[in-house]
Amino acid sequence: MDLNSIYTEVIAEHNMSNHNKHHIEGADFIEKGHNPSCGDEIELELRIKNGIVEDGGFTGVGCAISQASTSIMIDLIRGKSVEEAKELIETFLGMIKREIKDEKELEVLEDAIALKNISNMPARVKCAVLAWHTLEESLKKAV
Amino acid sequence: MNKEIKKDFPILDQEIHGHRFTYLDSAATTQKPIAVLEAVNDYYKNYNANPHRGAYYLSEKSTEIYENTRTVVKEFIGAKNEKEIIFVKNATEAFNLLAHSYGMNFIKEGDEIVISVAEHHSNLVPWQQVAKAKGALLKYLYLDEEGIITEEEIANKITNKTKIVSVTHVSNVLGTIQPIKKIIEKAHSVGAVAFIDIAQSVPHMKIDVSQLDADAAVFSGHKMLAPMGIGVLYGKEELLEKMPPFMCGGDMIEYVTEQDTTFAELPNKFEGGTQNVEGAAGLTSAIQYLNEIGMDNVEQIEDELVSETLKRLEELPFVTVYGTKDTKKKSGVISFNVEGIHPHDVASILDSYGVAIRVGRHCAYPLLNYMGVNAGTCRVSFYIYNTMEDVEALIEGLKNTRKWLGYGSK
Repeated sequence: MDLNSIYTEVIAEHNMSNHNKHHIEGADFIEKGHNPSCGDEIELELRIKNGIVEDGGFTGVGCAISQASTSIMIDLIRGKSVEEAKELIETFLGMIKREIKDEKELEVLEDAIALKNISNMPARVKCAVLAWHTLEESLKKAV
Repeated sequence: MNKEIKKDFPILDQEIHGHRFTYLDSAATTQKPIAVLEAVNDYYKNYNANPHRGAYYLSEKSTEIYENTRTVVKEFIGAKNEKEIIFVKNATEAFNLLAHSYGMNFIKEGDEIVISVAEHHSNLVPWQQVAKAKGALLKYLYLDEEGIITEEEIANKITNKTKIVSVTHVSNVLGTIQPIKKIIEKAHSVGAVAFIDIAQSVPHMKIDVSQLDADAAVFSGHKMLAPMGIGVLYGKEELLEKMPPFMCGGDMIEYVTEQDTTFAELPNKFEGGTQNVEGAAGLTSAIQYLNEIGMDNVEQIEDELVSETLKRLEELPFVTVYGTKDTKKKSGVISFNVEGIHPHDVASILDSYGVAIRVGRHCAYPLLNYMGVNAGTCRVSFYIYNTMEDVEALIEGLKNTRKWLGYGSK
């Protein structure tokens, strides 16, 4: 198994940097995400004004994959509209499920493309998608 | 000796992700020797029929194989007679049987049930449900820094209100051996029944349930070389006689009319439906295999592996080991964490080197919470087929784990 395709520099960096790991002042949406089988837990905080995700952050514990995936996702959606964020979730999940293979279509995911090969490790897919499902739940309430 | 034993386990002789396979998860389930595989195969090739039913040759053979296993188990764990051996699916089913048949019928409001904080969920959730349903209090015995239940806890928590004490002999997370003899004595001194979880001890050391004076003891076959789906509930005859059936249906009855049923005698009273005869055939073979090696030798093999692993882990400054490091106080299980790296990443990276370990909370959330490691631990567990090469592969793998997540260069 090629670990290089999974534990990439992007993931190691996001896992160690913690730059998105903090509370958000004036957060209007706080959503918990949990993988009961492995214990990954995150709490995603978003400040959404006029349909735009102004800022986001998270707290919690989890493996490098879940923590990095959350951090990368927050970088990606910061400043985007709620609609754009929803589309990004769909593209990301499509990439993980290998339903979207067109590299051009995936470009919008930027750093999150680093998680593309997680489907080679079926046991870790749930770690990669936790943040994105949590965001999905949160945005349902932001309509 | 273990190198010779390993040859009996064909599954271990393979490459995983291009590396020699290192199996360090025997506390979850052990691998099976050829003898066990052949016993199961032989049963289906030559003897398969529904036991206890047909008056024909194969049904009688099938019954004989199944009932013979009861005798083999009785002798292996020191029970007094075959009526005390009930076959179940696994330890989880055995505890559910005890909780439903004993707990739900004999526990009343205000009674106390005492377990330890080191219980596997199988010996925790069923009692929690009984306590909730009956308005009883579920109390916990806590551990000292070595991971062992203290005398004070035993003296203070088990009181005149205590009706059931149910504790594990060996922790599936820490491998620590608990003072069950003292716990059982204390339970009896206040008139409570004492149940023990020997799933993590009976595969690794000589157990005598009569000498321990436990009222019930449970274990799973698959953690001691036998197939999955066969387990044992040992119960003192007088206890089992008092308990109503758990699963009703075929084979556990004496007479059935439209409106009433009289139940079969022990042990059949608790064995409704067609039972797992292939599992029984495998369990007999597994016990014979262990007897040939000798439980003293089993203990010695594991002791050597655990001592060496603890010594090597101590040399890694980024590793924290939980619980006692005294091999006399523990069985073949070691829990640890790698600084700065989540257990799941450790497992994935070790897997890429062909090393299989268990990570997470090990079906023991309250214990991990008590230990203050909610993210879980890495757990390695040994059995008779492990060798010093396995220890070496683990240590090398752990050194690489740090590099993959940015601590030093790859």
